[in-house]
Amino acid sequence: MSQATEDRNRRMLRARDTIDRSFAAPLDVAALARVAHVSPAHFARQFRAVFGETPHRYLQRRRIERAMELLRDTDRPVTDVCLDVGFASLGTFSRTFSAVVGESPSAYRERTQATRAPQYVPACLEKTLRRPVGAPASSGAPRA
Amino acid sequence: MFKHITHTTIYVADQDEALDFYVGKLGMVVHTDADMDVMRFLTVTLPDDDSLELMLLLPGPPLHDEATAEQVRELIAKGGAGGGVIFETDDCVGTYERLRDQGVEFTQEPTERFYGTDCALRDPFGNPLRFTERPAT
Repeated sequence: MSQATEDRNRRMLRARDTIDRSFAAPLDVAALARVAHVSPAHFARQFRAVFGETPHRYLQRRRIERAMELLRDTDRPVTDVCLDVGFASLGTFSRTFSAVVGESPSAYRERTQATRAPQYVPACLEKTLRRPVGAPASSGAPRA
Repeated sequence: MFKHITHTTIYVADQDEALDFYVGKLGMVVHTDADMDVMRFLTVTLPDDDSLELMLLLPGPPLHDEATAEQVRELIAKGGAGGGVIFETDDCVGTYERLRDQGVEFTQEPTERFYGTDCALRDPFGNPLRFTERPAT
């Protein structure tokens, strides 16, 4: 029994890692089921048995987590953030974000950008270390 | 009060398979491999830095009763056992490519972050590992 559970957990973890890697793509249940070596019909149920939530909800939380970072640490417009993390509609993005985080994307951005420096490190380090990598002005500069 | 950390542990489902991975693929070296009758005490270190030994522990007696060991193995397999290691490298992309070509399971390709370039992988059992190349200063 344990060996079977271990084996199932490891296969489901592989599928969850796949969701983590390709979070911006639509949820491809057939492909994930292949990764996990289960039938598409059983995939969602087994995923939920292992991780306590459906693959769809896991993907949504993953996307929102990516969006939170982009809202907090970059100046990309909310619409771009929405598309970057895999939502096709701003309405769905805003609704999902608010449901998960408890405030709208723009309210989250305003609050965290206003207070983020003291949460981490002194501002002199903060502004250097957390400068978005790949910003247009520095994109051509060699790093090494 | 304390000087440094000398040992840390990670639970593995099979110690021989762990050696194939941590030594054979990641390039660590065996520091101690001792048959202690009741258990095999197995630690590995980096070849050029033996100040931290990573203990590759097998769940089971005498550490756990069999039911507990079963739960630990199930947690490892779903990536939830709690152990994990972060390495530093001089060449994140090169190391990534070499390990990927050996079939190592990556969960994140090399990504530039404010603290450097890092990527993430799993050991064969489900434990999360990362390695980071610090930014050039």
